[in-house]
Amino acid sequence: MRRHTISILVENRFGVLSRVSGLFSGRGYNIESLTVAETNDPQISRMTIVTRGEERVIEQIDKQLNKLIDVIKVMDVTSEDHVERELVLVKINAEEKNREEILRMAEIFRGKVVDVSPKSYTVEITGSESKIQGFLEMVRPLGIQEMSRGGKVAISRGAKLLAPK
Amino acid sequence: MKLSGSRILIESLKAEGVDTIFGLPGGVVLPLYDALYDADIKHILVRHEQGAAHMADGYSRATGRCGVALVTSGPGATNTVTGIATAYMDSIPMVVFTGQVNSNLIGNDAFQEADIIGMTRPCTKHSYLVRDTRELAQTVKEAFYIAMSGKPGPVVVDLPRDVLVKEVEYVVPGKVLLRSYHPTVEGHMAQVKKAFERIKEAKRPVLYVGGGMILANASAELLKFVDASKIPVTTTLMALGSVPTSNPFFLGMLGMHGTYAANMAMHETDLMIAFGARFDDRVTGRLDAFAQNCDIIHVDVDPTSISKNVTAHIPVVGDLLDVMKKLNGLFGGDKTDWDGKHREWNKTVDEWKSLYPYRYEKSDAGVIKPQYVVEQICKLAIGREAIYTTEVGQAQMWAAQFLTLDAPRTFLTSGGLGTMGYGLPAAIGAQAAYPDRLVVDIAGDGSIQMNIQELATAVQYGLNVKVAILNNGCLGMVRQWQELFFKKRYSHSDLRSGPDFVKLADAYGAVGLRATKESEVRDVLKEAFDVKRPVVMDFVVEREEKVFPMVPGGGTVKDIILL
Repeated sequence: MRRHTISILVENRFGVLSRVSGLFSGRGYNIESLTVAETNDPQISRMTIVTRGEERVIEQIDKQLNKLIDVIKVMDVTSEDHVERELVLVKINAEEKNREEILRMAEIFRGKVVDVSPKSYTVEITGSESKIQGFLEMVRPLGIQEMSRGGKVAISRGAKLLAPK
Repeated sequence: MKLSGSRILIESLKAEGVDTIFGLPGGVVLPLYDALYDADIKHILVRHEQGAAHMADGYSRATGRCGVALVTSGPGATNTVTGIATAYMDSIPMVVFTGQVNSNLIGNDAFQEADIIGMTRPCTKHSYLVRDTRELAQTVKEAFYIAMSGKPGPVVVDLPRDVLVKEVEYVVPGKVLLRSYHPTVEGHMAQVKKAFERIKEAKRPVLYVGGGMILANASAELLKFVDASKIPVTTTLMALGSVPTSNPFFLGMLGMHGTYAANMAMHETDLMIAFGARFDDRVTGRLDAFAQNCDIIHVDVDPTSISKNVTAHIPVVGDLLDVMKKLNGLFGGDKTDWDGKHREWNKTVDEWKSLYPYRYEKSDAGVIKPQYVVEQICKLAIGREAIYTTEVGQAQMWAAQFLTLDAPRTFLTSGGLGTMGYGLPAAIGAQAAYPDRLVVDIAGDGSIQMNIQELATAVQYGLNVKVAILNNGCLGMVRQWQELFFKKRYSHSDLRSGPDFVKLADAYGAVGLRATKESEVRDVLKEAFDVKRPVVMDFVVEREEKVFPMVPGGGTVKDIILL
């Protein structure tokens, strides 16, 4: 079962998210992550869904998504040359002895400290999933108080566009 | 011209050619009902909103037009859900208008508020919550367009009270243009040719026809195809009527209670040609034993149906009417000797047909066999352009097996969802469309009680449907499974407490008739068909009678239980 990243353009309308997520839950497809936001055209939203399944299931997902009236276009970016990024905000224990280490890790992973308090540093990291995984592993021993991780966003490289006809 | 939302809705319905709607008023839709009071649209007042949805569905199946139901918010709306799901599973076009509380109250748990859009999302083709009266006309036009085009299906339009009351300038909507919705109607010619070439190579081809053939109004083209190709044809429950029962190439229905010949042909074929069918589990049985030694051509307007359960070797996406015409066009320039090519195969198939036709043991001691009732219904219905509806269970299967059908849209049944309680309201819907035709609901004593209240609707409007109850005093199909697979432990399937259906019919103002002996069956039917009133016929039938043949769930043709 391969993991697939699927980009979907939808009409930016009331209830569209529930139609898409309901399709996944109703038909037993899994969702590892889902992001959605308006595109440069405010009438259109873009969703990125990471899912897992046999080829046959992925083909069904693609067809079923296309069947939804509000779905404009679907692309399985996994089959294209593409870029994927995630973002995570991690609140890490910042005791006296840890602080240097947190800053060093943030620097190595090209992160940013976005909030500081006497007990914690909050670090922002963007990048591929493996990079984020790597960072989390490095800071876990220091004590992660809280984290908020966004779903994946993806875009194909070069001339290939996901755009309405 | 400024009009209220209610008036705009009525204008919009008229613009869609709607002549009949099925509904029941309530709080928030009263402004709309007020506008309906002197509108030029026939409204049938139902007794339960599930009935309205099934009537709209039956009207649609009988006519090919879009059915329309209208109900109030909250419980009115939730009562339609089973009807909507029934239509969705069988791809029946209808638009259900539901009232909704005032826009400013939505989400406040207001009186009779229900999130009907949320509740029906998985069983509608699409749905709308109208948020502004100015969008109403366009929304209605879109709703009908979506319901009827591509793979048809039900659409819900939720109407907050304030949207119905507000007055705005009425603008006649233009053409529907949806950038996100372009169903593929025209079959790709290269794929069609590829399919045709493959058909020419096949040694033992079989046509497996589904409900899509009827939805696409393509039955006449199918018959041309069968006639030209001499390929034996089986249909699903949903497609009964698309090929006349008497057609020499017709194998009967396939699947769990299908004929031996149809199931054998599907098993032995080297090329399965699926037209508008979706490889449902009641057809395929055990998937890993299904279609193991054949290629599959699959034509369907719905790409999701293709290669969903069973992989198609040659997929063709398109409307069946278009694809069948294209296929039929290819016979012209073709020199294949179809007759000679399929002679041996048809001989084999005919042997299967004569070896195990549908049959039942004739009655001794005059006890009524349910199959006999179905046969007599057909015989006495000749010349009356009969439309049959069914409930769900044994009666439905006996109807499917023993009715003689010669036209599409004459057998209306809940195939996908299997909704008990469908038959009576569907019959009323069909009768509303064709007041002069004979409409018979073939029912069981269990199913009929699920929407029996609609007898009052039939009586009120003089929709003279004939309900034939095959009364075996139990939930027959449940009992059959309990007998065969649960060691005769008849857990909660006994219905012998009644009611007395003759008295019940009488109480509703319908005619009640009863037959307890085989010799009475024909007289009861004759009287029922002649009287110009709704009739309930109580046929007290053999309790132990079972539906055979039967391929047990998850089985193969090798497991078939013959009589």
